[in-house]
Amino acid sequence: MQFDSINEFLAMGGYGFYVWLSYGVSIVALALLVFSSLSEHKKIKQKISQRQKREIKLRQAAELQKAQTSADISHNI
Amino acid sequence: MMWKWLHPYANPEISYHFSGKILPWCARLAFIFLSIGITWALLFAPADYQQGDTFRIFYLHVPAAMLSMGIYLGMAIAALSSLVWQLKLADASVAAMAPIGATFTFIALVTGAAWGKPMWGTWWIWDARLTSELILLFLYLGVIALHNAFEDKALAGKAAGILALVGVINLPIIKYSVEWWNTLHQGATVSKLGKPSMSADMFWPFLICFIGFAFLVTALICLRFRTEVLNRNSMRPWVRELVADEEKAHAV
Amino acid sequence: MTLLSYRAAFALIVKRDLMIAFRHRDDIINPLLFFVIVVSLFPLGVGPESTILSRIAPGIIWVAALLATLLSLDRLFKSDYTDGSLEQMLLSPHPVFILVIAKIFAHWLLTGLPLILIAPLLAVLLHLHESSYGALMLTLFLGTPVLSLLGAIGVALTVGIKKGGVLLSLLVLPLYIPVLIFATSAIDSAAMNLPYNGQLAIIAAIFFASLTLAPFAVSAALKVSTN
Repeated sequence: MQFDSINEFLAMGGYGFYVWLSYGVSIVALALLVFSSLSEHKKIKQKISQRQKREIKLRQAAELQKAQTSADISHNI
Repeated sequence: MMWKWLHPYANPEISYHFSGKILPWCARLAFIFLSIGITWALLFAPADYQQGDTFRIFYLHVPAAMLSMGIYLGMAIAALSSLVWQLKLADASVAAMAPIGATFTFIALVTGAAWGKPMWGTWWIWDARLTSELILLFLYLGVIALHNAFEDKALAGKAAGILALVGVINLPIIKYSVEWWNTLHQGATVSKLGKPSMSADMFWPFLICFIGFAFLVTALICLRFRTEVLNRNSMRPWVRELVADEEKAHAV
Repeated sequence: MTLLSYRAAFALIVKRDLMIAFRHRDDIINPLLFFVIVVSLFPLGVGPESTILSRIAPGIIWVAALLATLLSLDRLFKSDYTDGSLEQMLLSPHPVFILVIAKIFAHWLLTGLPLILIAPLLAVLLHLHESSYGALMLTLFLGTPVLSLLGAIGVALTVGIKKGGVLLSLLVLPLYIPVLIFATSAIDSAAMNLPYNGQLAIIAAIFFASLTLAPFAVSAALKVSTN
């Protein structure tokens, strides 16, 4: 252990501002990178699943319409 | 065919699952190494006899600078293999690496400036290393901007790859010219950061930090690569099944 | 159908580009005007002392030349891309290399050459050191083709993008840095009556390297853009 007290540790021999600035900026930048990477991954999966759901809905609607029209035709006959 | 063992990895599905398998391990190792390395660097490593405690910035600055160059090189190799062997996945990894490299370049620049202020008395000095990092940041931003500008991601990857290759051919010339320019205008520099002679109790925390950052980079590349692969193959059946399965798992 | 020889194809494309450019003369004149205006703004900005001006003259002239070239780059492929003739040229049986070199050569004739011709006048305005005029002309003569060659890569990559203008400067300007450094230092050395062959040799090396490599990058990029 290089430092005797927490105050000494924070002061960093008088260079505290520069040391903590470097570490702070690095941690914030890396955290932003990690979170944006994670959220982009999630977003892309959501986008794909939403499109799939829409496709399923469209297909169901199309089938329903088809069934109805054929029912109408048979009814008319 | 000596490259035959590589062929399965050209399949997006297999490489998606492969990168998914190594991702958690890299993340864990990165966490372990970085927490040991940073604690060591901040608490136990000795202060430099000339630079005092500002030397603790070194443990961030140098790994970030080394990795920023390394990632650019990796990006260019990926771009080359995409051009030569028409590997579509290599384009995806170019796109995955660019933002990570840009972040590390940014960290190297900020920590360099914060180190320079107490050492040189000013935040910014047109020192050869800092200047070439700044230009590297511009090159990264160019690749990212070009990739974002294309709607079609397959085209975007190819274009960004060409730019990365042009950049990597230029990078040594730029680095050399900046170094030469810097020695020419030596009068402006106050006192260069001398290469500190590293003792063993400084070298080990540095090495551990470097390994930790390298694992972090690998984990991030895997993660972003998976995103890019999904984005490029979103219409393929395996992606549809995968997303549907995960949806079900969530619902339960 | 008879196939044109490489030289004939080259000459044809250069002639065509020159003819089109002479029909739209503004496209040639505007970058030159920009060059003149930027250079003449500097004395207004930093003051008219001739010692300061002659100290920064090489840098100003070269940075202005970079920016003027950048402005003119858009013309290189844009109109051919929009009217579809670029695609036709890529489909022609001639190597793309010839086409690209010819277009870049025409671009240099229309922007690089006028810049070289007008630069001594601006150097007078900036009180450039008398012994550096030779170096200024030589570096511009070797350097402006590099600007056209490297710029062509950027244009080829961005030609299909709607708002490619700002993006182009981000892509191209970092690549111009080595030329800028060696050219201005050659002019500085000349001002101190020192030899500047070394810097010229390096610029020449950069010129030949980009002459051989850039057309490949440009043709690869054009294939992506016209996809």
